Amino acid sequence: MAFIEINGLSKHYPSRSGAVAALDGIGLTIDEGTFLGVMGPSGSGKSTFLSLIGGLCHPTDGTIRVDGIDIFRLPPEQLADFRREYLGFVFQSFNLVPYLTALENVMLPLAVKKQTTVEKRERALQVLERVGLKARAGHLPGELSGGEQERVAIARALVNRPPLILADEPTGSLDTATAASIMELFAELNREGQTIVMVTHNPETRGNFHRTLLLRDGRVAGESLATAA
Amino acid sequence: MKLRTIAFNNLRRRKARLAFLLAGLLIGIATVVTMLSLSAAMTAEVRHQMENFGANILITPKTGELSLSYGGITLGGVSVDPREIPEADLARIETIPNRRNIAAIAPKVLGAVEVKGERVMLMGVAADREFHLKRWWSIEGRPLAERNELVAGHSVAQRLGLKLGDTVGIEEFPFTVTGILRETGSQDDDLLIASLAAAQILLDKPGLVSLVEVAALCGDCPVEEMVGQIAAALPEARVGAIQQVVKSRMHAIEQFQVFAFGVALVVILIGALVVFVTMMGSVNERTREIGIFRALGFRRAHVARLILIEAATVSLLAGILGYLAGMLATGLLLPVLAEAHAQLVWDGTLAAGSLLLAVLVGTLASIYPALHASRLDPTTALRTL
Repeated sequence: MAFIEINGLSKHYPSRSGAVAALDGIGLTIDEGTFLGVMGPSGSGKSTFLSLIGGLCHPTDGTIRVDGIDIFRLPPEQLADFRREYLGFVFQSFNLVPYLTALENVMLPLAVKKQTTVEKRERALQVLERVGLKARAGHLPGELSGGEQERVAIARALVNRPPLILADEPTGSLDTATAASIMELFAELNREGQTIVMVTHNPETRGNFHRTLLLRDGRVAGESLATAA
Repeated sequence: MKLRTIAFNNLRRRKARLAFLLAGLLIGIATVVTMLSLSAAMTAEVRHQMENFGANILITPKTGELSLSYGGITLGGVSVDPREIPEADLARIETIPNRRNIAAIAPKVLGAVEVKGERVMLMGVAADREFHLKRWWSIEGRPLAERNELVAGHSVAQRLGLKLGDTVGIEEFPFTVTGILRETGSQDDDLLIASLAAAQILLDKPGLVSLVEVAALCGDCPVEEMVGQIAAALPEARVGAIQQVVKSRMHAIEQFQVFAFGVALVVILIGALVVFVTMMGSVNERTREIGIFRALGFRRAHVARLILIEAATVSLLAGILGYLAGMLATGLLLPVLAEAHAQLVWDGTLAAGSLLLAVLVGTLASIYPALHASRLDPTTALRTL
C-alpha cells in the first residue's frame, strides 16, 4: 500500500460566476521516501493541493489517505493531532513566530506534547545542529538572515520526526546561492529516507525530485520521473 | 517549552500591546480599589467618631412636663419642679451586661445662678470626663481642675466681661476663670462650667445630678440594647439614644458607597471593553501566527488556551498594579475628603478581591476573542504573500 493515496480530489471555491475549481479530480499515490515536486503556473492549484494534503482545509470531493488514515474523516481536534504527528510544514515565507527565539520556534510543535522541557530542548538543539544553526539558537528571527530563517523553519518541520514534510515554495524568497544550499539540505534529508512533497515554480530545483507533478487549471497536466536520482 | 512559554514571550516581547491592555484593566481596578478603600476609610472614621466623640446615650429625670433636652437650658425660672437623679444611683450603670462598652459616664448638674447681677446658667461637671468627652471643645486657657475654678462659655464671657485669670464671685464664693471656650455655636456658649461638687453646693442640689451623658464605646455595638439595660438599672430615669448626627453622617457615607459602586461598575465595564477590543485586535493581527500554530498541530483548544493564558497573566498583573495604584490614590485623596482621623485601611480582602476581579474580568472579556482565534482558518498561514 502506498504511503499517501489521493483519490478524486477536488476543491471548488464559490465565486459570483459560480464555483471555481482550484483542483479538479486529482488522483495520485506517493510512496515512502519519495521526493515529489509539484510545479505549475500560479493559480494552477499547487498551494491548494498542499493545503489539502496537510489537512488545513477540506476538499469538495475526494479522499486522502496517509498511512491508511482517511484524514478528512478525522474530527477537527484529531486532525490537528494528525498534523502534529505526521507532518512537518515548511512555509513559503518561513513563518517563524517573531517573538520566539530560533530555539523556541523549533520547539513550537513540541509545546503541546507531554515531554519534559529538557527533552524538548535537547531535541530542538539536535535538529538545529542538523541544519547547521546551533550557534544561533538564542536569536530572534529578526536577527537572522533569510537563509538562516529558512533553516530554522526546516528544523521546526523536522523536530517531531514526522513521516512527511510539506514544503511550499521554500526557496521562493532566497537568493540563488542560498536557495541551492537549502535545496541541498532537503535532498540530504530525502536521502536519509524522508518523504517530501514540495511545491515550487523554480525549474532549477527540479533536478532534486524523484517525481515532478505538473499542475494546470487544477488538473494533472503531466508527470515526469527524474533521471538524475 | 509549554503553552505558557509562548504566552509569556509574546507579552514580554510585545510591550506596547501589553502596556495598553494593562492600562485598560489597571485603571478599572484602581478605581474600584480607590472607591472602596475611600469609603472604608471614611466609615472607619465615623466609627472612630462614634467611639471617641461625644455621648450617644442621654439619661434625664423622668418628669412628664419637664422638657429637659440636652442642658434643659431654657430654664429661666419657667421650668417646674425639676426632679433630679441621685448621684449615688449612677453606680448602677456600671452593672449592666454591656458595661464593657461604656467609655465614659459624664454626670452634670444644671441650674441658674446670679453673677455680676445677671442670671446665667451654671453647669457642674466631672471635669476629667466631661472635657474628655467634648473633644470638639477648644479652650483658651485650660480646663478646670479645682473646686474654685471655672470655664466660661464664649457668649457668657463676653457678656460678663470675663477674662482668663479673672476672679469672679458666685453666691459669695470666689472662682478663678481658668479657661474660656471658643465659640461652639451651641448652648455651651452660654454656660459657666464648674466642678460638679461646687455646682451642687451653689445650686443647693447636694448629691444630685440633672442629667448624665454616657459614651458607649462602639461603632456597631447594640446602643439600643444598652439603652434598655440602663433604663432597667435606673427605673426612675429616662434613657434615650442620641445618634442622629452620626447616623446622618453614616447615611451620607452609605450613599457615597452606592455612588462608588456605581462608578466602579462602569469603569470595570469599560475596562472589560478595552480588554475585549484589544484582544480581538491582537487575535486578528496574529491570524497568520495562529495559522502557523494550527498547521504545526495545535488543537483549537490549545490556541484558545494560549489566548486565555495571556489574558489571565495580564489581568493578574493589572490586578496587582491596580490595587497598589488605587491605594496610592486613596492615600492622596483621603486628606482632602476626610478629617485627620481617617486612615488608610490595608484590607486583605480588598487586595485578594481586586486580584480576583481583575483576573475574572480580563479572562471573561477574552473568552470570545479566544474562541474566535481557535476557529480561524489555518490555510491563511499558507496563503499569505
